[in-house]
Amino acid sequence: MKALYNEAKLELRTPEGMEFTLPLAGPVSRLLALAIDMAVVMVAGSVVQKVIAVLAAFNADAAQGLGTVLYFVISMLYSILAEWLWQGQTLGKRLLGIRVMDRDGLPIHLSQIVVRNLLRPVDMLPAFYLVGGLAALGTRYGQRVGDLAANTVVVRARQLEPPDWQKLLAGKFNSMLEHPHLAARLRQRTAPELAGVALDALVRRDQLEDSARIELFRELAGIFRRLVEFPAEAVEALSDEQYVRNAVEILHRSR
Amino acid sequence: MILDMQRFLESARPIWKELELGLTHLEHDPDPQWDLARTEAFYRLYQQTSAHLAEVRHLTSERELRGYLEQLVARSYASIYVRGRERGRGRWWQWFTAAFPVAVRRHAAALALSAGLFLVGCAFGAVALKIDPTAKATLLPFGHGQQTPTERVKKEMVDQGKNISQARGRFSAQLMTHNTRVAFFTLGLGMTFGLGTIVLLFYNGVIMGAISVDYIADGQLVFLLGWILPHGSVEIPAILLAGQAGLVLGHALIGWGNRLPRRLRLRAVLPDLVTMAGGIAVLMVWAGVIESFFSQYHEPVIPYALKIGFGVVEMAALALFLIRGGANESTL
Repeated sequence: MKALYNEAKLELRTPEGMEFTLPLAGPVSRLLALAIDMAVVMVAGSVVQKVIAVLAAFNADAAQGLGTVLYFVISMLYSILAEWLWQGQTLGKRLLGIRVMDRDGLPIHLSQIVVRNLLRPVDMLPAFYLVGGLAALGTRYGQRVGDLAANTVVVRARQLEPPDWQKLLAGKFNSMLEHPHLAARLRQRTAPELAGVALDALVRRDQLEDSARIELFRELAGIFRRLVEFPAEAVEALSDEQYVRNAVEILHRSR
Repeated sequence: MILDMQRFLESARPIWKELELGLTHLEHDPDPQWDLARTEAFYRLYQQTSAHLAEVRHLTSERELRGYLEQLVARSYASIYVRGRERGRGRWWQWFTAAFPVAVRRHAAALALSAGLFLVGCAFGAVALKIDPTAKATLLPFGHGQQTPTERVKKEMVDQGKNISQARGRFSAQLMTHNTRVAFFTLGLGMTFGLGTIVLLFYNGVIMGAISVDYIADGQLVFLLGWILPHGSVEIPAILLAGQAGLVLGHALIGWGNRLPRRLRLRAVLPDLVTMAGGIAVLMVWAGVIESFFSQYHEPVIPYALKIGFGVVEMAALALFLIRGGANESTL
């Protein structure tokens, strides 16, 4: 079944020219975080009501007034304070591993937190967060109206563990390098232009359409195969792209 | 794999580990007292890791390693390029007495437009009720359409505030929270390119105009002033300020006369919007207290002259505060 929502990413470029991406939080995790936060406010509200019920024995009017104000303050300030103290996270967002960030990938300021939460009633219109939900689904970075005003996005905050270094090194040997005389022949027979084109193809692989990428690597692998024939056991399991990678490694790697 | 992964990892991993340690430190203490050498060392680690990411992205197909390095670079970037502190910070009283009026004055044209829209609404409500008195029940909420002003004044004189004396606290709290919500909603509707804000300002004006005409036509001008002025002299300006903030937001969204990208225009007005929202909330709390504990008591409990005088003084003080507040502060 085709997913209704495809993972979106925020692409950023640092002043040093480095590009990186931040994975955006999906609608389901945001909805669940919101449900948890609403439950937190309700629980806090019911605790306030219990306290007010005790205080009402002394002065019912003042206690009820205090209860109304406290509930209002909790419902208004809970998200603001939590996102301020936990750097873009409420309890719900913490549990779901998502975080509010500046649209430029920076930590959010208090003014952004306040504005995105002040505009929540607009997002809730006409009911059940319809405006906010449609805005989040309709905008490139999944921003509800409050996010658009505050220049914020909600990203996945999961911290990746370092990769398994042993696993990273294991099984990454170049089977063509097992035949040094053939590797040397490949270096000898390959024109510098071809070596450059092959490296360029690998560097720009992500910019190519799938079909164009497959076609390009099939052609390049064919050229390399014709230049030097490696034993079948060294190359039979390699895809065209991997064949080109191995060849480029032989051509460009310092010996 | 074009990189010699073994050699690459041997040289790069200590750098990533050190950067991670620095990041963990920064994320727990965003304002560390690092000397220049430590800061420069951290920045170098970030640059080196960025270069490693470029190598990994172009020369290997290791997605897991790429994701790990992207995350390191993203966290470092967020730690290094933190925007400067926002203006207007400081003690709360200074924020309210100086930053708030300065923010209001910075967008004086929007305040004038907000007041203008409210007055147009007033005129519409007044004329509508004058032309068609039967529209009273439609135009006036809160049960005002159920009785004539004179009937209400008579009732108030008999009750002498007893009808509310047992619920002043609750009534005051409801007024504060409801009015603050309405004000914030008026502000937030600026995101409809200001249209929602305009509608709410106009609608509030219609109610005010219709009530005024209703009471004046019934010969109850003094009662009206005594009833409305004590809290209205703060509450109505607070609504106008909320409208002002909504129009500022709408203007930033539309961008007339401003060639900056939309998100930079919005970013520029955010601190003022927050300051204004906070100031509006304070005014609404004051208005709620006054409406419940003062406005609802009429003659013979409190003389009208005292109530009207109180309202006039409040209005003058608020105007003076908004015009002069923070005038001597150069950093706001």
